[in-house]
This record gives sequence, structure tokens and C-alpha cells, in this order.
Amino acid sequence: MKIWTIIIICCMVSTAMQAQVFVTRTGSVNFFSETPLEDIKAENNQVYAAVDLSKKTIAFSMLLKSFLFRKALMQEHFNENYVESDKFPKSTFNGMFTGDVVPGKANTIRVEGVLLLHGVEKKITTHATIELKEENLTGFARFQLIPEDFKITIPGIVRDKIARQIDVQVTIDCKTVK
Amino acid sequence: MKRNATLMAYNNTCLLKSFLFLLWWMMVCAVYARSQDTSLMKMLEDSMAVTRQPQYTTGTFKGTHVINLHAVETPAQGVLLFMIMHRFGKINDGGYQLFGLDNATMRMGFDYGITNRLAAGIGRSTFEKTYDGYLKLKLLRQTESPGKIPVSVTALGGLAYTTLKYADKSYLNAKYRISYTLQLLIARKLNRNLSLQLAPAWLHYNLVPAVADKNDVFALGMGGRMKITRRASINLEYNYLPGNQVNSFKVYNSLSAGFDIETGGHVFQVHVTNSQGMVAPLFIGRTTGSWGKGDVYFGFNISRSFNIAKKKH
Repeated sequence: MKIWTIIIICCMVSTAMQAQVFVTRTGSVNFFSETPLEDIKAENNQVYAAVDLSKKTIAFSMLLKSFLFRKALMQEHFNENYVESDKFPKSTFNGMFTGDVVPGKANTIRVEGVLLLHGVEKKITTHATIELKEENLTGFARFQLIPEDFKITIPGIVRDKIARQIDVQVTIDCKTVK
Repeated sequence: MKRNATLMAYNNTCLLKSFLFLLWWMMVCAVYARSQDTSLMKMLEDSMAVTRQPQYTTGTFKGTHVINLHAVETPAQGVLLFMIMHRFGKINDGGYQLFGLDNATMRMGFDYGITNRLAAGIGRSTFEKTYDGYLKLKLLRQTESPGKIPVSVTALGGLAYTTLKYADKSYLNAKYRISYTLQLLIARKLNRNLSLQLAPAWLHYNLVPAVADKNDVFALGMGGRMKITRRASINLEYNYLPGNQVNSFKVYNSLSAGFDIETGGHVFQVHVTNSQGMVAPLFIGRTTGSWGKGDVYFGFNISRSFNIAKKKH
């Protein structure tokens, strides 16, 4: 009898532990650089994102070539000269979050993890808002990055046209996976 | 007593069994939980790998010209490219002419991207006061790994019209002043630094200097660029003109070597060449300078791109 009790308890525990995962393939990451000389804006609407509510883990992956710019030449320079997307095609984020996610309201959480860009890994921390509505999870985060932290060198002649800190905005609308 | 002991032993093995089972289950759960942490990223990577689309290779050449020869590149849709091509005089003119710097010919031109694949260009050279116009169409675009297209192919159709007035040649009407160019530009970006291009060309001159000269001239252009830094490259170009086509005067194959520097919206190209003309009928079929004799022109191309139409997302 005892054996069966234990097995049943174990099974119940394990079902409770089963991942509550939300994913999307069409998340968006935008970045902005504002200087008196030039404003640069790019968006990527093919961002892969996954959030696991039970383990409080979060992951992002995107192709740098999917960033679209207003000027074709900027896009070419971004890929060829700055992030070198032929060498480092992807940027990823792998992290955890703290804070409770209560369904039906906007929850502020703290996200901490490692951002991989241009072959350089850097730990970043930011606040994000998450809203859970039945089978949908939406999230928004905003943080700043310094290109030089990722060994992205900017030549002196264009230094004044690119902001020291790049503003990054992340928006995701995920669906649950069974 | 004996019975009691057996019962206790039974109870003990039972407890031991359940304890071992619990231990095993905890291990399974722990391993499962650990694998879950990394599998979130793995799940994304797998999903990305499945849905990955082939992507077009970009930046085969920095500019729309290798040096004199057109490159496979065209301006993107809505982009206007203003280009100044400039050639000084011959270096072997000597110190009196400051090695050619006293003289100059130039070509001013505009290229416009009608679509991302089609571009139109117009230009005007001081050399024989020549106007030129052309259309460039990207027929094929090289794609990257999982891609299947190994080369980029651009078709170029052009027309050159000389307007220089000759007091003694009143018969030179519009028809005689026109020459045509049809060229296929085939390029491959072999790796991030090296790109090579082959460019078979067919030229038609409505008027040639002598009976011995052919109106239809075939040539093979070759070009390449090797990046030396992220923003600079060394370029080489050779236009092979098979013999027995231009006979009334001595022509040479056009050979040019240069250096490209790119900064923001500008591409700056500095080079040396034995051709003075900067449009195909002139540099392919009418190059009279010889490298061997030192008939070398120092020159540069500067291009600046302007976005005149808003890009739609």
C-alpha cells in the first residue's frame, strides 16, 4: 500500500512540475539611436521567444539579418560592418525572472540573463511587464545597450551619428504549448 | 516471535524499496528539470532551424562600379546615387603637367533604384561630351547557406551618345553618334572578403573609324575585390578585348587597380587605370593607353546615396 501511495504522490508532483511554456515566432525587437545628426531605427518582427512560467525562465533568439531599416544602406552597414551577421548570424538571450505572474493583470517582473550579440556574452538585467490572459502571454521590456560592450567598433567619422547608448524595446505575444 | 520478526523484516524491505524508488524518482525529476532550463533555448533554435529561409547575399561589391566596369550591385528601391568619376591626365605627361594632375576628364552620373532589382542611370562625360543612359536588372541573386543560387547575375543595357561638334564632320548625325552596350554581370561573393565577377560584353558602334574596324565588338570583363578591413577593399579590373575587332588604331586591354573606402553614405574609390573613358564603349573598345609605356591615369570615383522615396515596411 505504502508503495502505491508514494508512486501516486510522485506522479502528482511531477504533473505539477510539468512546464507551462509560452512561445512565439513573431516577437518584435526594435532599437533606436537618436543623435542630433541622425536617427536610426530598426525593427525585427521575426523574433523567437519562449517563457516558462513554472521555472521562471525566458529565452529569445533572432537573426540579425531580419532587422529592417528605413535606409537600405544602413541595413547593409549594420550587417556588414557592425554586427558582422555573416560571422555571427544570431543574437540570443537566455535568462530567468523573479516576481509573481498573476493572470489577468500587468505584472512587473525582473529579468536577468545573458545576452549574446556579435559573439560577446554579457549579463543584463531589466524590468519587464508580463500579462497573462488564458492561453496568451504578452510581454514588454525596454533596456539600453552600449555597442562597445559587444566589441562593435564605430569609426570616428560616424561616431557622432550613432548614440552612445542604444535603446532597445522588446514586445512579445506568446501562445501556450501543450 | 518468529512470525513477528518476519513481519518486521517484510516491513523493512518494503520501506527500503519505497525509499529507493523515491530516490530514483527525485533523480529523474532533477534531470528533467535541469534539461528543461536549456531546452527552452534549444526549442527556439530547433524551431528556427526548421523555418529558416534562404537569404540573399549582400555587399558583393561596395559600389555600383568595380572601377570602370559595372558591378552586379544596384541601388535599393527609392535610393538615388550621385556619382562623380574623375580621371586625371597621364602620369607619363611628366613634371610640367604635374604628372597628369593639370588635366582631367570626368563623368557625373545618377543611378536610381526603381525597385530593388531594377535600376536606371544617366551620366555625362566630358570626354567627347558623351551622354549615357542604362538600365540594370538583377536577374539572379546569390543566396546564402541553405541557399541554392551560387551567383548573382545582373543584365546591363546601355547607350552612349557623343555630342562633341566637329566643324569638318557635318555628316555626324544622331545615328552615327550612338553606341550600344549589352553586358551580363556574373558575380559570386566567395567569402566575406573576396568577390569575383565575370562580365561578357557585346558592344555595337553605329560608326567606326575605318572599314577595318568591326561595328560589333565582343569583350570579356573581369573584376574582383578583396576586403582588407571592414570598410576598405582592394579592387582589380581587367577588360579583355579579343583581337581583330578594332584594327585602325592600336587598342589595349583596359586594366585598372584601385582602393575602396566606405564611410556612411559615401563610397570613395581611388585607382590607376590605362583607360580615360568611363563608359563601356570608351573603356572597353577605345583604350589607347598602354601600361607598358606609362599611359596611366590616376583617378577616383565618389558616390553618395540619397533616400528620396520612403521605404515601406
